[in-house]
Amino acid sequence: MNYKSRITLDIVFKVVFKATGYLVLALLGGIFAMLIYNSISFFLDVKPFDFFTGMEWAPTAKNPKYGMLPLILSTTLVTFGAMLIAIPLGIGTASYIAIYAKPRVKNILKPTIEMLAAIPSVVIGFLGIVVLSPGIADLADLPNGLNALNGAILLAVMALPTIITVAEDAIHAVPNAYKEASYGVGANRWQTLRKVIIPAAAPGVITAIMLGVGRAIGETMTVLMVTGNAALMPTGMFDSVKTMTATIAIEMGEVPYQTTHYYALYAIATVLFFMTLFANIVGEFFINRFRKYHAV
Amino acid sequence: MQFKTNRLSSVIEWGSLLLSTAIVCFFIAVIIWEIFSKGFSVLSWEFTTMVPKEGMTSGGILTPIIGTVLLTLITSAFAVPFGICCAIYLNEYAENTWVTRTIRAAIRNLSGVPSIIYGLFGLALFVQALNFGTSLLAAGLTLGLLSLPYIITTTEEALKRIPNSTREAALAVGATKFETIKDVVIPSAMSGILTGIVLTLSRAAGETAPILFTGAAFYINGSSGYVNQEFMALPYHLYMLSTQHQSIDQVRPIAYGTALVLVIVVFLLNLTAFYIRYKYRKDEN
Repeated sequence: MNYKSRITLDIVFKVVFKATGYLVLALLGGIFAMLIYNSISFFLDVKPFDFFTGMEWAPTAKNPKYGMLPLILSTTLVTFGAMLIAIPLGIGTASYIAIYAKPRVKNILKPTIEMLAAIPSVVIGFLGIVVLSPGIADLADLPNGLNALNGAILLAVMALPTIITVAEDAIHAVPNAYKEASYGVGANRWQTLRKVIIPAAAPGVITAIMLGVGRAIGETMTVLMVTGNAALMPTGMFDSVKTMTATIAIEMGEVPYQTTHYYALYAIATVLFFMTLFANIVGEFFINRFRKYHAV
Repeated sequence: MQFKTNRLSSVIEWGSLLLSTAIVCFFIAVIIWEIFSKGFSVLSWEFTTMVPKEGMTSGGILTPIIGTVLLTLITSAFAVPFGICCAIYLNEYAENTWVTRTIRAAIRNLSGVPSIIYGLFGLALFVQALNFGTSLLAAGLTLGLLSLPYIITTTEEALKRIPNSTREAALAVGATKFETIKDVVIPSAMSGILTGIVLTLSRAAGETAPILFTGAAFYINGSSGYVNQEFMALPYHLYMLSTQHQSIDQVRPIAYGTALVLVIVVFLLNLTAFYIRYKYRKDEN
């Protein structure tokens, strides 16, 4: 190829590469614009106050009600339950892998946990129906086990790989000198873990938890399949709940285009978007602090 | 305080870590056991090569398998070139300006956006605005958008591992910047890029939420395969068989078989990624 065409090609591809970079910005902007545009269309019909504080979600009733409080509370309940299970298990497992496990055990455990992360959410939801649901029904003497508890357990299983991997990295990244100093003043392994390593790794561990929270809030298929989907105010873990993601997934397929109900689902998606965004930003804030102190 | 540590308490303390690890392993074991033990008896050559019959209560799952394969092909045809180009821009060209930092922040945020929101965006952009209708193409592109941030991130990480001296050597013998990237940087980063692509596609193949409103169908008569028509996909098929089918108990074995095939597909893709990484590492040494 002659010199001139080589230079031209160089310039052309520079522009192409740059354009793709800017298109990513356009993608996020597009998602954001879509959410905001449709939400505004919704808020022209329904007052924001009624939407955020309404206790009843009944968009197909004769006198439709668009109160999203039951949906937010359902999502919060399921996510909270999932974290109650996943945080202790995740940090325990991460500590075990990072400090206690022999290299051979570690080499088996880490790919196994990665394998869990690879299992599609719809398969986990399916197992919730065929394994966990009859189990919960038997133990709690209910007609079926499709409730918030089922969703919380499954979301915990799905959040565990994220929490374990990120927390393990953080614990592993704590400088050895900290450990040696702790042993040097006579602390044992457990005291070193609890009083020195976990506090030093805390920002990374918080990031792990926030990423798990973000994943749990946004997860659709598992909760759609196992939480029973009754849009009522939840009162406990054995109630059937309808999360925000499940509401969108169920109702978007049935709703006529560009009706108030249609816009309402986008308004829910907007709230969902900001909830996960918040979880991720908090997570990012802590990982940056962690990096600053430990220069990972 | 006494100097001698209490034997019992240290056993309990370490035992709690061991226990939590054991519980996590137990979860994994239950998942694998349930799927493989109950799905294996359903699995046969006929099951994977026959189309669903009699309202999906008998026959195989060929149509959803074809749908998932085509869907993944469209996803990769869109997301792979786009993602690699963007990663090249970020790692090789972009200076550290506020625009670049915004692009990076956008990528991090996009990877945290729930998949159902990608579904809504696909519905608004591809199905409605661009008028593709609910189709294989619309669903594939939606999954492509979802995969994009992962491909960009993994590719950029692979590019970062190539030392600058490699680039300088190519530039010094007269290659243009594009030639350096095309002939030197990308080939040396290939293993990392491929690993990232395969792992991302294994995620995309198992996704259900983004294809709910963009083209997945309950049932397609005969084998499908047109980009402008609705399609059947493995994850959506499993969802339908386990929650929406009118005779759920009758189709349960097929649901187990579908779940097993889906898990095997995902595991095989993961093993491929693992193998690529392993092989290239060995070659480098």
